[in-house]
Amino acid sequence: MSALAPGNATQTLSPDLLPLPVTSVKDGFRTRWYRSRSFVAGIVILGVIIGMCTFAPLLTPYSPTQQDLTHVLQPPSAQHLLGTDQLGIDMWSQLLYGGRTDLRIAFLAVILPFILGTTLGCLAGYYGRAVDVGVMRMVDIVVAFPFYVLVIALVFAIGPGEKGIYIAITIVGWVSYARIVRGEILVAKQQDYVLAARSAGFGAPRIIVRHLLPNVITQAIVFATADVVLDILAIVTLGYLGLGVPPPIPDWGRMIFNGQQFLTTQWQLATFPGLAVVVTGIGLALLGDGLSDLLRPE
Amino acid sequence: MNIASYVIKRILLAIPTILGVTILVFFMIHLVPGDPAVTLLGPRATPDLIAKLHHAWGLDRPLLQQYLLYMGRLFHGDLGQSFFFQLPATTLIASRTGATVMLLVTATLFTVVVTIPLAILAAIKRDKTVDHVVRSVPIVTLGMPSFWVGIMLILLVSLRLGLLPVGGYGQNLPQHLQSVILPALTIALAISPMTIRSLRASMIDVLEADYILTARAKGASSGRVLFRHALRNALIPMITVLSVNIGWLVGGTVIIERVFAIPGIGGLMLDAIGNRDFALVQAITLVFAVFVIFVYLVADVSYSLIDPRVRFD
Repeated sequence: MSALAPGNATQTLSPDLLPLPVTSVKDGFRTRWYRSRSFVAGIVILGVIIGMCTFAPLLTPYSPTQQDLTHVLQPPSAQHLLGTDQLGIDMWSQLLYGGRTDLRIAFLAVILPFILGTTLGCLAGYYGRAVDVGVMRMVDIVVAFPFYVLVIALVFAIGPGEKGIYIAITIVGWVSYARIVRGEILVAKQQDYVLAARSAGFGAPRIIVRHLLPNVITQAIVFATADVVLDILAIVTLGYLGLGVPPPIPDWGRMIFNGQQFLTTQWQLATFPGLAVVVTGIGLALLGDGLSDLLRPE
Repeated sequence: MNIASYVIKRILLAIPTILGVTILVFFMIHLVPGDPAVTLLGPRATPDLIAKLHHAWGLDRPLLQQYLLYMGRLFHGDLGQSFFFQLPATTLIASRTGATVMLLVTATLFTVVVTIPLAILAAIKRDKTVDHVVRSVPIVTLGMPSFWVGIMLILLVSLRLGLLPVGGYGQNLPQHLQSVILPALTIALAISPMTIRSLRASMIDVLEADYILTARAKGASSGRVLFRHALRNALIPMITVLSVNIGWLVGGTVIIERVFAIPGIGGLMLDAIGNRDFALVQAITLVFAVFVIFVYLVADVSYSLIDPRVRFD
């Protein structure tokens, strides 16, 4: 699912900036990235979150796993910014270290589906016929499963934990990239430069990698930012259902699950990990929004 | 091509997908690291019991034969036997279908009720403040975990305001209805950003169509143009938008049923996972996928019936 509402940032740019002739996407991107407010806002939000997770040890004196059974379910205070959970573990520390776990897995989990989907999409789009039918048939099969049903079932079969998450997300996630790239290739391969490359006698691998790929990859990159959001949601959901990273590794999803039991008295326990997911999602959505504007060929 | 042959052709096209789905579900058990029987039995595993389970699952036969056996059972309506409950999976699933269907229908209704006015508003006030607000909402809501939204609704509506039950499903129809309001709202909130965006785009296309201009030129009031001419033609895309998102709707119920302790198929799936009940998990996964394929099919057929402009080819 594309999480982006393209066009939002276009309106925020003053009209005289829009028709700038761009010689190549890369140069244009380098000289213009700061002109997209969405992109800058997204970078800032994500930068702050990733920075806070990275420097977690400097931002909290407590360990995210150290239990203190004499101080369980404390309300927020100067000692414990967000209070403590039912085992007396500091919530602020868990939030920071949980972000480390969830964001790292989410960003890594995008890589394999991106590569697999882009490759299959290129092959299906360029060769057509049987290759295309085969790839699209596999897409149909995966798409028939509700996303969460298949992810949950696969993680269950492979076994909960990081490895299960990567494999499950790869099996389910490649289809979006394959569809996007295939569609782009179908259009791009009709262009004159591909005909020129063919008549110059270049082989299919060279045409795909050197000529087509650079022109179709931007859409896949833009989608990847939305896909990271989807992966964070999947990881947090699996954590909530008890299928995520095993305890005591902190994880936002399990924090929300634990907090739900104390909703009547300690509402902050379930609320803040969810807010962390939402803010991260906003950062990525803005980033993707800005990227799609900046990378769009003029 | 007439409608009957179009429907038949569309059903035939779904068959390879359903076959593929069964293959994926069948092979899920082979993704289990090590021996699923040993995993299931845990400390109770004796060579005798393991062999018995292998035989029951057909794991002592060649792979192709196993699959054919599995397909043969499926054709007889046998989705497998739950190891934990010692009951056929179909019986268990059937006993939970009511709650899930109730939740799905209510969630779909809520989605439609939220989507249509907002999408129309955004489409008429295109590029005005209202439109920008409606279009910015997904930036915030698409990153929200649906189960967390559910918990926040419990916190606000049930605990603070004391309006609706915190969970469960009740004993009779009025209680059922009361119990599904919050979970259905949660699911509707999760998918409406996607449905609003799609319907807004369709509405804009419709509003720019020639027949709208004609209606305006005839002197029809803007309300009449909107409801008699534009909305009717935008409802067809609404069916598409809903059917495209059916996977998210169904996937959402699995998680939301857990949040609100609703005894539906999704809750059954998560229970089965907790019990390491492979056959039941497989059966439910298959049922959900076949349901989604069925919805795609019905949507395709139904808008070919509603819209005379759709050609059957």
